[in-house]
Amino acid sequence: MSLDPLLQRADLWRGGQIPPVADGVPTGFADLDALFPGGGWPRGALTEILLPRDGIGALRLVMPALARLSRENRWLAWVAPPHIPYAPALAAAGVDLSRVLLIHPRAASDGLWAVEQTLRSGTCGAVLAWPAVGDTRALRRLQLAAEAGRCWGLLFRPEHLVRQSSPAALRLRLVPQERGVAVHVIKRRGGWAAGPVHVDVDHVVAQRSSAPTAPGSLHPRGA
Amino acid sequence: MWLSAHLPRLPLEVFTRGAPDGDPLAVGTGPGAHPRVIACNPPARARGVSPGMAVGAAHALVDDLQVQSRDEAAERRALERLGAWAGQFTSTVSLAAPDTLLLEIQGSLTLFGGPEALARQVGDGLAVLGHEADLALAPTPLAATWLARARSGTTPIVTRRGALVKALAGLPLAVVDLEPEALATLAGSGLRRLGECLRLPREGLARRLGPAWVRTLDQALGHVSDPRPAFQPPARFEGHLMLPAEVDDVERVLFAVHRLVMELTGVLQARAGAVQALELVLVHGGGDRTRIPLELATPVRDSRHLLALLRARLERVALPAPVREVALVAERLLAPEEGTRDWVEPARGAVQDVHRLVERLQARLGAQAVRGVCQVDEHRPERAWRTCEPGESGADVAAGHRPLWLLAEPALLAVREGRPWLNREPLVLEADRERIESGWWDGCDVARDYFIARDARGARLWIYRELRGERRWFLQGVFG
Repeated sequence: MSLDPLLQRADLWRGGQIPPVADGVPTGFADLDALFPGGGWPRGALTEILLPRDGIGALRLVMPALARLSRENRWLAWVAPPHIPYAPALAAAGVDLSRVLLIHPRAASDGLWAVEQTLRSGTCGAVLAWPAVGDTRALRRLQLAAEAGRCWGLLFRPEHLVRQSSPAALRLRLVPQERGVAVHVIKRRGGWAAGPVHVDVDHVVAQRSSAPTAPGSLHPRGA
Repeated sequence: MWLSAHLPRLPLEVFTRGAPDGDPLAVGTGPGAHPRVIACNPPARARGVSPGMAVGAAHALVDDLQVQSRDEAAERRALERLGAWAGQFTSTVSLAAPDTLLLEIQGSLTLFGGPEALARQVGDGLAVLGHEADLALAPTPLAATWLARARSGTTPIVTRRGALVKALAGLPLAVVDLEPEALATLAGSGLRRLGECLRLPREGLARRLGPAWVRTLDQALGHVSDPRPAFQPPARFEGHLMLPAEVDDVERVLFAVHRLVMELTGVLQARAGAVQALELVLVHGGGDRTRIPLELATPVRDSRHLLALLRARLERVALPAPVREVALVAERLLAPEEGTRDWVEPARGAVQDVHRLVERLQARLGAQAVRGVCQVDEHRPERAWRTCEPGESGADVAAGHRPLWLLAEPALLAVREGRPWLNREPLVLEADRERIESGWWDGCDVARDYFIARDARGARLWIYRELRGERRWFLQGVFG
């Protein structure tokens, strides 16, 4: 087997690869930023968040970054969300609602298509999806689309898929705690599995965010 | 400097270019007593049919041969549309009916990278539209036309007037528009090539063939001016494609749509314009029409974007009957000053406008499937939001602690030992309580106490208890 096809594979991490430059989207949690290559959520790649169930804080975990992207005039596309993304709570978390796009495809195949289109468009800062189906090959298509559109693709998936191979650049598993969640890093580029990091997500959304953050400026950490 | 594009197969192409070469097809001289084949497609030619043959004889050779009567009106319309399309290469296009486009290209040579590159772009563009053309460039329109008609298989390019006599000398007299009698007269004198005529004294030629023909020769050589009327394209676009056989699958309809879109975008390029509304019309066997209107958020002239939208729309249409003809109509071609956003062709991989994304999504998923979201100034939680047009801003209201997920309908919770339960587990309530009483004026009043609750497996929930009536418990939100 020659080396080239292996090197082409998006799911293969090369040891010694130079870690990406620090152009991640700051998470709003200093401990997480320190853990993630790029100093934040990876732009132009998929992030897969594996969950035992809804409601344990996965959305609260990503909300500071989503708020920041929306205020940088980047669109947030929600493809087939499991419930209604509640406008008052999004606004309270600092999200610019005029940058939110809700997409409700009827069929699962339309769902993957819509995720790919939005990732690839170059317009969206983040695409959130809850793909019920989607094998490794489908995910690879999405990863390539995210790269092409320089978009943060966020997939929320059930935790039993933890052993399925995934082309996502960042894979996390969340475990609910007494307060907040424990974030386990299953896969990251340029580093080994790590964590858990404990994040108190219960109190992220509570405060209404202050003045818009200019792009590139420092985000208040550990809000 | 003129570029002549001669379309020898136009009578055939008005029937065939809606589909890739398929079944043998010939175009005949019409319903007269002894129709003859004027043109035929490669599958027919491969089986022995050739132009000039009697239609009856062609049928004898190829029993499944389809024969269409020549449609000169369709050819004229096709030539006019190509004239509008060719405006992207030069501002001066002239039509030489029935089958030739003339482009005055002196001013375009630098922009398009010289005569060879320009000719290649015109030829390739016509091929994408389904037209085969013979091209030639020469200092006069007649010389260019004659050189193109000679069908040398290459693209003759004559840049200097002084080189014209030599370039034209070898051409057969058949390339010139001459009456058959005049041609016979010349042949009777042993003249077969243009060069032989050009060498003769003008007086003698004028005596034999009339002064008009001598003048034509002088125009071809550039001794006498040869003004050509500039073609004025209409301010609307209507492209038609007949399909050689009735078609009932979308992919084959898309083939025709692709050609029409390329034609339209060429016309738009020519005008530096754009479209904001289009209609695709599918004509079915019985004459019924399926109309597929397309409204765009912003003016567009990018062929890839239009094609993607039309494809998505077509894929959602159930064809009631096979399609015989496809038409693309844009009633209004916008001029450059009408709106300025989004006109430049996007560079590969460049940032697309969100309108395009929304349009593409809506074309496939339906308009209601792609929405924005905004707040509503309203105390009842289920009414404190609504969907809206993407990009719209609603009220800016600060509410209390609210969950990121709202359930479409509040879910009734079981109650045991006076406590709300979910999934056979008791919920643990946080101390804070928020009372919401509102809506008495419209009959949908609510009176509730809201709590944040946690279930045994770590989910944070938003629940309420009715203040009146049965005082039931409901789950309305999830903190997500």
